[in-house]
Amino acid sequence: MKVLVAVKRVIDYNVKARVKADQTGVDLSNVKMAMNPFCEIAVEEAVRLKERGVATEVVVVSIGPKAAQEQIRTALALGADKGVHVETDVEVEALAVAKLLKAVVEKEQPGLIILGKQSIDTDNNQTGQMLAALCGYGQATFASEVTVSGDKVEVTREVDGGLRTVALKLPAIVTTDLRLNEPRYASLPNIMKAKKKPLETVSPADLGVDVTPRLKTLKVVEPAKRSAGIKVASVEELVSKLKNEAKVI
Amino acid sequence: MSVLVIAEHDNVSLKGATLNIIAAAKKIGGDIDVLVAGEGCGAVAQAAAAAEGVKKVLVADNAAYGHQLAENVAALVAEKGKGYSHILACASTTGKDVLPRVAALLDSQQISEIIGVESSDTFQRPIYAGNAIATVQSSDAIKVITVRPTAFDPVAATGGAAAVEAIADAKDAGVSSFVKDEMAKSDRPELGGASIVISGGRGMQNGDNFEMLYRVADKLGAAVGASRAAVDAGFVPNDMQVGQTGKIVAPQLYVAVGISGAIQHLAGMSGSKVIVAINKDEEAPIFQVADYGLVADLFEAVPALEAELNKVL
Repeated sequence: MKVLVAVKRVIDYNVKARVKADQTGVDLSNVKMAMNPFCEIAVEEAVRLKERGVATEVVVVSIGPKAAQEQIRTALALGADKGVHVETDVEVEALAVAKLLKAVVEKEQPGLIILGKQSIDTDNNQTGQMLAALCGYGQATFASEVTVSGDKVEVTREVDGGLRTVALKLPAIVTTDLRLNEPRYASLPNIMKAKKKPLETVSPADLGVDVTPRLKTLKVVEPAKRSAGIKVASVEELVSKLKNEAKVI
Repeated sequence: MSVLVIAEHDNVSLKGATLNIIAAAKKIGGDIDVLVAGEGCGAVAQAAAAAEGVKKVLVADNAAYGHQLAENVAALVAEKGKGYSHILACASTTGKDVLPRVAALLDSQQISEIIGVESSDTFQRPIYAGNAIATVQSSDAIKVITVRPTAFDPVAATGGAAAVEAIADAKDAGVSSFVKDEMAKSDRPELGGASIVISGGRGMQNGDNFEMLYRVADKLGAAVGASRAAVDAGFVPNDMQVGQTGKIVAPQLYVAVGISGAIQHLAGMSGSKVIVAINKDEEAPIFQVADYGLVADLFEAVPALEAELNKVL
């Protein structure tokens, strides 16, 4: 079974996003970029499926500018076999990403598709579900455990209030949550080997997808700041303030 | 203009967050209908019909919708939603699961987790883990939107008298099935809806020490949460996590105990009305957002807090 993983190039999660002075967006010039953390978990899960003999090949796809090839190479260094880069300088929205991925799915015919539940830049949490809809496949979002058996996959999902397990017919879509696995680090020999792995580049036009945005960003601003309050000296003073000043207990 | 709101429920009762979503729908304007998809969910439909401002309640009561399987519910919502200008759902794990699927079926670019309505096509939403707020305008004919419930004050739960209309047909995509639930059992209020939340962080040191927080919580009628650090360390289960990657809460009172205040955590609770921080490190960033800060060892302060509450309340 072939497994397809989609990865996104985003601001490194350790970097604090700063809003541009002209309010047009977040300043990404000279900012460290990396693979979206949820996508790293998706790559790790696919590689583990291969190591367990469940998957035969792991194909990693990324949509974005030329530089997104760095993230594809990272995934190849972590154990993926082949890369597909859909090159575009447009900031592609989730629906268009799903359409591009559907075109890749039709070509690659994977049995399982794993994506991160959301990217840490736009925080949309949409792509996997949209891809599932467009392909007519079952979906299991926010996965904390994935078990493939025969032509089915059983997925435990992290939902409000606890855990829910569902079974899907393959091919199917899984989106990862934080506790699915702990991604490995790429070793130097594997980074070197990754440079020789195949990486195919296509354009949205090649895939017949219109990536024109549907949403217009009117402005991006910093959130309203909370100001620090006061320090209290004792538990007694705290309780008294909460009761008599803030009146919340 | 007309808005279809997808009810949040567990087949037994309507979740309070639905009232916040109806409030967001009111800000958009036009008629508001509520769709209840479930199994044995008649009481939920009655509750939705009583909510303020609802014109009509559509009920699809069928085994195919009993466990909110996205494949089945999304097919139903996409079909029924075609006649509306807006489709709204709660940014809960159910809404986040189902609604993007609906959006793709309707060829609409969803707007996720809005926190403000500027007009019928322009909305505010947090991006970059809440470090920026974007104002976006949609050009899609049907606007598909998830709503952060804590950003809108709920409409009244009673006083309405909407018509209830049954939907007979069932959409079973046949590609997914429910296996089991392992839900946390608790007599305390749900994190998302509690008016007081007390959360513990890495400073709690282990899961057993959370017992101290449970005692204070029970005294206050509070829900108990945790930081991602506490969850990752295995102190408590993941569904207790407050933060950008966990639950977003905005209670009247939020008490952060042994939590340093990472950006990721602040994104999940900084909408709270009053924030209290108890931490022995006076440089901890949590103090920069706290209305009342107590620099103290939590292992002395929390039992003292319980004792003081016993005296005062």
